[in-house]
Amino acid sequence: MIVNPDLRIYTHPILEFKRGGEVTVFFEGKPFRAFEGEALAAAIYASGVNVFRISPVRGRPRGVFCMVGKCGSCMVRVDGVPMRSCVTSVRHDMKVERVSGLPDLSRYGRDVAREELDVDVLIIGGGPAGMASAEVLCGTDLETVLIDDQIRLGGQLIKQTHIFFGSRELFAGRRGFEIADDYNKRLSKCSNLKIITGTTVVGVFKEGVLAVGDNVLYLVRPKYVVVAAGAFENHLVFDNNDLPGVMGAGGAQTLMNVWGVKPGSEVLVIGSGNVGLIISYQLLQAGVNVKAVVEALPRIGGWFVHAAKIRRYGIPILTRHTILSVKGSERVEEAVIASVDENWNVVPGTEKAIKTDTVLLAVGLTPNTELLRQFGVAMKYIPDLGGLVPLRTRYMETSVENVFIAGDIAAIEEATTAFIEGWIAGYSILIKAYGEREDFIESREKYLRMLQEYRSAPVSEKVRRGWQLSLIS
Amino acid sequence: MTDFKETGVVDLKTLVKMGYVPSDVRLHRGPVAIYECVEEIPCDVCVFSCPFNAVSKNKMTDIPKVDFERCTGCGVCVGRCPGLAVFVVDVSREGDEGYVTLPHELLPPPSQGDAVVVLDREGGEAGTGRVVKTYRDRLTGSWVTTVAVPKNLVMNVRAIRVIKR
Ligand code: SF4
Ligand code: SF4
Repeated sequence: MIVNPDLRIYTHPILEFKRGGEVTVFFEGKPFRAFEGEALAAAIYASGVNVFRISPVRGRPRGVFCMVGKCGSCMVRVDGVPMRSCVTSVRHDMKVERVSGLPDLSRYGRDVAREELDVDVLIIGGGPAGMASAEVLCGTDLETVLIDDQIRLGGQLIKQTHIFFGSRELFAGRRGFEIADDYNKRLSKCSNLKIITGTTVVGVFKEGVLAVGDNVLYLVRPKYVVVAAGAFENHLVFDNNDLPGVMGAGGAQTLMNVWGVKPGSEVLVIGSGNVGLIISYQLLQAGVNVKAVVEALPRIGGWFVHAAKIRRYGIPILTRHTILSVKGSERVEEAVIASVDENWNVVPGTEKAIKTDTVLLAVGLTPNTELLRQFGVAMKYIPDLGGLVPLRTRYMETSVENVFIAGDIAAIEEATTAFIEGWIAGYSILIKAYGEREDFIESREKYLRMLQEYRSAPVSEKVRRGWQLSLIS
Repeated sequence: MTDFKETGVVDLKTLVKMGYVPSDVRLHRGPVAIYECVEEIPCDVCVFSCPFNAVSKNKMTDIPKVDFERCTGCGVCVGRCPGLAVFVVDVSREGDEGYVTLPHELLPPPSQGDAVVVLDREGGEAGTGRVVKTYRDRLTGSWVTTVAVPKNLVMNVRAIRVIKR
């Protein structure tokens, strides 16, 4: 019999987790219960494994952080081969070990298939923005390929369990994961669209755009490109910030809302933007004790309604506070926070230890612009949009002709605006390919107006300001 | 008036100032919606959810405007509002009990007759109440739940903790 702690969520007020048959995986020689279809990281984390690898230089323990294959913190050796356990599915009888130091190239030299694709359009990224562009192109005779690095399309939508705001045309009143399900179904029926998942676009070369799948190398030569590669979560500097138990809020959301595994039993959330506030509410729904939300600014960063939702269940939002350190041996056991003054200096004597096993960082995102730089796109540092971002026309074209952008890569914003930008980019491509047809122009204008309307509230002031600085004609 | 973006809690004065508190006459006539959507955000779910056209916005980013004469207190918007920012209060019945209808999305699920601990906007325990009615909104899955509480608490109670025996 296997007796381990179990962080899996079996009853949830809104979500239902469908698990496959029970299997056994071995981690460091010990058996662990897992369910078919589960990500390996989620399965063993649920059973109490905190340390996944040992860092190469200083030998520090590392645990899960991003849960979407971007950070490498959860790398393990599966039957001898190093893999990111968060994007690896469990298999019965898998032998899993910690990776200590640098992983090895044990798969190098293995035979892989090669595929060359001459297409009209390449869409990089299958989140809301990429799916929206694909939706516009669906049914036309533009041969389109959509490449995404996750198992399923949907990007961050698949972990969004809250109800959408916005107007009816913009999915308001529906939950993110339901929208992702719809799109997965709908896009799979488009005859001019090839969807390649589990595959990472790694670079732009003279010969084309190179993408690496599990057993295939793709070389894509497109006429038009939409780069909708999203963003990655920011980290924060404090003592011991690499200790397992310190996790990205988005990573925790994936763990909890996609895999049905609690990130911990007691959680401290850092950052009161919408991400921090929403995850706090979702933790509450999953039956996790949220100690507090910590915010350095004097006012709450996210929308009032999201703050009110957690306040009424007694979760404190500590403005003018910051985290100084976490302590623990293999995992966070305690966090130390303190007040800060107007100049962001810690007020001496206000340090306070909080008992917690998890610290979630919700301190913003950075656009994932590496590929754009390889395309040679002109960039600008605009903090209001999330950092270094591509310049763009109002039709979402970059400084490089026929290279378009949409979503968080253009500005850290929301799923709703990512969809609209994706539609705009899609119509811009149709207009280039088929000429200035009235119906295309009209549709594009409609979405441009929608975007403007959506951003007209004071809560969008930063984006409005940043967007002006990012425009080229 | 406190700054609700500092605390995450809105006070009654602010709600009155924003036109979200009906007159005493209207309150005593029957159930009516109290909107606590005090910040301009891009959303108009309430506007298109209300079967009686009682909520309007000029722009999607305005705060909603409620016409208390049209609002029947039906509670549809309570289960639809993504901000969980709408409540229906009813002080029109005889006796000391008033009703608050609120969105509930936590386990255990409420059922009729359950005793509940009632919470104010800061999560403070304001007393106890009893579930008189509850149903799941067909689109969102939220439990639109009506609890009986002392009449003087209807403007304070904004959440419940369900106690199961
Ligand atoms: S309670 Fe009913 S009538 Fe009143 S605003 Fe809400 S949906 Fe409309
Ligand atoms: S639906 Fe709710 S959050 Fe949206 S505008 Fe109406 S009251 Fe505000």
